[in-house]
Amino acid sequence: MGFLLTQTLNGLSFGALLFLLSSGLSLIFGVMKIVNVAHGSYYMLGAYIGLSVITRTHNFLLGLIVGSLIIAVIGLAMERIFLRKFPLQDLPQMMLTMGFALVFRDLALLIWGGDPYNLPSPAFLIGSIDLHGVVFPIYRLFVILIAVIVAILLWMFNEKTLVGAKLRAAVDDYEMAGGVGVNVPLVSGLMFAMGAFLAAFGGVMGGPIFGVYPGVDFEFLPLAFVVTIVGGMGSLKGAAVGSLLVGLIDNFGKALVPELSYFTLFAPMAIVLAIKPTGLFGRG
Amino acid sequence: MKDILFGAKGKLVGWLLVFLILAVLPPLTTSYWVTLITQMLIFGILAMSLDLLLGYSGMPSFGHAGFFGVAAYVVAILSTRYHAGFWPCLLTAIVLTIIISAVYGLLVAHSKGVYFLMITLALGMVLWGLAFRWVTMTKGDNGISGILRPDIGLPISLKDPITFYYVTLVVFIVCLVLMALFVRSPFGHSMKGIRESESRMRILGYDTWLHRYLTYVVAGAFGGISGIFWAYYNGFVSPHDLELGASFELFLMVILGGPGTLVGPALGAGIIVFLKNFISAYTERWLLILGVIYILTILYAPQGLVNLVLDLVKRGEKKGEVEEAS
Repeated sequence: MGFLLTQTLNGLSFGALLFLLSSGLSLIFGVMKIVNVAHGSYYMLGAYIGLSVITRTHNFLLGLIVGSLIIAVIGLAMERIFLRKFPLQDLPQMMLTMGFALVFRDLALLIWGGDPYNLPSPAFLIGSIDLHGVVFPIYRLFVILIAVIVAILLWMFNEKTLVGAKLRAAVDDYEMAGGVGVNVPLVSGLMFAMGAFLAAFGGVMGGPIFGVYPGVDFEFLPLAFVVTIVGGMGSLKGAAVGSLLVGLIDNFGKALVPELSYFTLFAPMAIVLAIKPTGLFGRG
Repeated sequence: MKDILFGAKGKLVGWLLVFLILAVLPPLTTSYWVTLITQMLIFGILAMSLDLLLGYSGMPSFGHAGFFGVAAYVVAILSTRYHAGFWPCLLTAIVLTIIISAVYGLLVAHSKGVYFLMITLALGMVLWGLAFRWVTMTKGDNGISGILRPDIGLPISLKDPITFYYVTLVVFIVCLVLMALFVRSPFGHSMKGIRESESRMRILGYDTWLHRYLTYVVAGAFGGISGIFWAYYNGFVSPHDLELGASFELFLMVILGGPGTLVGPALGAGIIVFLKNFISAYTERWLLILGVIYILTILYAPQGLVNLVLDLVKRGEKKGEVEEAS
C-alpha cells in the first residue's frame, strides 16, 4: 500500500513536469506544425540558467523567472530569425531546430561543464510530510500543485481570452484565421515564446528533483514526444492526460522492471496508435 | 560533352573510376586514411539506407540509428560472450534487425510526415533505453568492448585492416547496387509515386501501406548490415551509437549529400565522418560545429550538395540551348 501510494505520487509529480514540458511542444505543433526538437534543450538551458541565478542569489523564485524569461526570448528569436524563413515546411523547420538542439547542447557543456548538478529547492519546501506512514517530499507535492495551476491558467487563456480564441482559430485553420484578420504570425511567435517559457519553467521546477546534467535534453525530449503522440498534437487536454499517463507508467515501469524502463512506455504508445493514430484527443 | 559527363554511360564510367581509385588506394596511402575511408564506407551504407526512407519514400525516420545499434549490439554480445564466429553473428544480427523493423513497421507505416517523425524518434529511443538500462545484457553505459575482428572462413581474415577495408568496400558496392536496383524497380517507382501523392496512387490500386511497410523493413535491414561492420570495425559498442545525436548526425549526412540520390548520402556520410575525425583532433566542440553545419545546410543548400550540382548543370544546359537557338 505504501509502495503504491509513494509510486503514484512520484508518477504524478513526474507527470506534472512532463505537462509543463509537453504542453508547449503540443501547442507549437498545433499552431505552426513545427516539431520542435530543441524543446528538450529549453528544459535543460532553463534549469542551468536557474541554477546559476539561484546559486548566486539564493532566491528560487528569481531563478525560476529569469530562467524562463531568457529561454522565452531565445525561443522567440529562433522563431523570428530562422523558422520564419520556412513557413509550414515541416522538414526544414524541424531540421533547423535539430541544428539548434546540437548547438545548445554543446554550449551548455561549454558553459556549465559535464558535472551533474542539483538545484536547491526553496527553503520553505524542504522536508517531507507523513501520510499515514508514507513519507513524501513536500517539494514534489508543490510541483504537482504548480502544474495544476499552470494547466488551469492555460485552459483559461485558451478558452476565455481573445488571444486564446485567435490561437484556437489558428490551430483549426491557419489560412482561414489569417483571412478573417487574425495576425497569425504574431500569434505564432507568441505561441513559440510561450512554449519555450513553459519548457524552461519545467526545467527549473524539475531541477531540485531530477537535477540537470548534459544529456537531460535528449532524455526528456522523447518523453515529451510520447506524451504528445499519446495525447494528440495541438490539444491541451491531450497534453494533460498524456502527461499523467506517461508519468505514471514511466514511474511504475522504473520501479517494477528497472531494466526495461524505456520499454514500458512503448506499450501504451503502441496501443493508442493502433486504436487512434492521431492520439487520444487529436483531430485528424 | 555534358552527355558524356552526365549521361548513363558517363555515370557508369564515373562509378567504375571511383571504385577503381578506392580499390588501388590502400597501398598508396597511410593506414590512417585506410581506416578513415573504411569508416566512411560503413556510414555510407547506413546513410544510403536512410535515404531509402527519407529521400525516396518521404518517411523522415528519426530512429534509424536504432537498427544500426541493434545489429552492432548483437555482434558485440554474441562475439564477446558466446565467442560466435562471423557468419552466426552476421545472420543473427540481420534476422533480428529485420524482426525489429518488421514490428516497428507495423506501428509506423500508417503514419505520415510529422507523426512518422515523432513516432520513429520515440521508437529509436526505446532501443537506446534498452542499450542503456538493460545492464545485464548490454553492460549499460560502459558499453561492450573487446570485439575481435573475425576470420570469415575463407582464407580471409578481417584482422588485417587492409583486408577489412576491401571487404567493407565490396559490401558497400553490393549494398549500393542492391539499393539502386530497389529504387529503380517498379516497386521503387511506385514508392516514389506514393511520396508525391499517396491518394492518387491508392486510387490507381496500389497498396500504399504495404509499400511503405516493406520499404521501412528493407531500409532497416541495410542499416543493420552497416551496424555489423561498425561493431567489428570499432571493436566497441555503447549506447552512444544509437542515441538521438547519432540519428541527428545520420540525418544530416543524407540532407547534406542530397536526399533521393543514394550517391549524395554516401558522399554526405564521407564528409561528416571526415570532418568529425578531422575536427575532433583540434577541438572538442564537434557538436557545436555539427549544429552549425546543420543550420547552414538548411539555409543555403536545403536540397543537398548533389542536387545543387545537378541543378547548376541543368541550368547550364538550358542556357546553352538558348544560346544555340539564338
